[in-house]
Amino acid sequence: MKIMPCPLNGPRNINEFVYGGEVSELPDVATAPDSDWAEHTFYAYNGTGIAREWWYHVASGYWFVAERHRVTDEIIRTYDPAVLAEEKAQ
Amino acid sequence: MPFALLKYGLGSEYPFEKHADLPPPTALKKRYDVVIIGGGGHGVATAYYLAKYHGITNVAILEKGYLGGGNTARNTAVIRSNYLTSEGVRFYSESVKLFRDLSNEFDFNIMYSRRGQLTLAHTDSAIRAFRQRAEVNKHFGGKTELIDPQQIRELVPTLNMYPGQQPVLAGLWHMDGATARHDAVAWGYAKGATQRGVELHQLTEVTDVLVRDEKVWGVKVRQGSAEHVIECGIAVQAVAGHSSLLAAKAGFRLPIVTYPLQAMVTQPVKPFLDPLVSSPAFHCYVQQTGRGELVFGGGSDPYPLYNTRSTMELKEELLAHAVELFPFVANLKLMRQWAGLTDMTSDYSPIMGLSPVENYYLDAGWGTWGFKSTPICGKTMAELVATGKVPDLIKPFGVERFSEFRQVNEMGATAASH
Repeated sequence: MKIMPCPLNGPRNINEFVYGGEVSELPDVATAPDSDWAEHTFYAYNGTGIAREWWYHVASGYWFVAERHRVTDEIIRTYDPAVLAEEKAQ
Repeated sequence: MPFALLKYGLGSEYPFEKHADLPPPTALKKRYDVVIIGGGGHGVATAYYLAKYHGITNVAILEKGYLGGGNTARNTAVIRSNYLTSEGVRFYSESVKLFRDLSNEFDFNIMYSRRGQLTLAHTDSAIRAFRQRAEVNKHFGGKTELIDPQQIRELVPTLNMYPGQQPVLAGLWHMDGATARHDAVAWGYAKGATQRGVELHQLTEVTDVLVRDEKVWGVKVRQGSAEHVIECGIAVQAVAGHSSLLAAKAGFRLPIVTYPLQAMVTQPVKPFLDPLVSSPAFHCYVQQTGRGELVFGGGSDPYPLYNTRSTMELKEELLAHAVELFPFVANLKLMRQWAGLTDMTSDYSPIMGLSPVENYYLDAGWGTWGFKSTPICGKTMAELVATGKVPDLIKPFGVERFSEFRQVNEMGATAASH
């Protein structure tokens, strides 16, 4: 079984989690043109490096961020989304 | 073919086939009119129809590994056209028709076997969706009907009609559903293409796509340790599983996310299952091969990855469902399991046609629906290469649909329902 290190619940079986897509910035709702929305909606990261992803622990209803390698499947780092807010504030 | 077969049957000599093998490899030329990147079913089919219908034979197929060794060898060989949208059904129906005559056309047996495909409904909403699919199919000349539990029992007497407290309420019976030997499809096309003068270069990896003024002029390739630059008039990319990575070399992005897809096969048993059976609610499909093995497949993995590793999680989940449908297979042993890479688009339809780079054509986004479209894909891509005009049949599948918000939504008819 593959283990996901959950920032809230510790190491758990990956079966307990749901993948929630790439972490990306929402376009400006008031001003963004259609092309930005198309880009945001359909053009996700699909490279061979490390991706920043949303993951959800179903049993505890907890969303968090995982950095995962898209070839080796290695989970490099997981953290609470509060870190994203802090990054944005800086 | 049948008469030739009769002659051999009555003769005493072994029917020696003069052109059974592919021609031996030659050195790469400096320039080709058309370079096809990817020697899988789609790539060789495109080359075949280019040579056959359009007389274009100065063509090189460049394959990183060996002929048909990628996702052509990893799919579960389902042929069907019972999709949901008019655009989808029209396209896949043409493919189903072409498959029927391929063995004769190639003079090479692709082991095409028309079995019919049965999709199960466990809810009222599924029945409503099936009604729509049946009508769209009939409209485009397909043979698809909604059938009741009694008819399902007659078709598949071994099926558990009450799996996992979700009774089988109805079925979408697609009489055109079929299977064929997937490798043989690639071999047949390759044989036909090379006999007409097309060059197939295996173990030849395209490492870069050379673009000048937004127009493709060549590719950089690697053969072992040697590197070459090949010029070309037109390039076609047909690299299912690596579409985004190759497109990045040509300088643009694709609306694709790549997921692994796992499948498995059991030890052979006595034939008991004629149709291909699929249950979208159970995320699982089952078919019995000509050798008696059961092939199990389902949807793509739950998260994206460029890796064909196997996971216990998926096997357990998928097989638990399969055992609900056919409880007596619980004690069968798995012989093999494998995975392929599926380039998923958000609307579950392919990306075909023009790209942001001039003379660089796309055959991508083949997710879990690539094998069944091999013939029509080759035919329409060949027409595109020869005329420069996108054929009507594939117009709805252009990459521009993702910036114009006109998706061709096949999700309900595709996900885990092969």
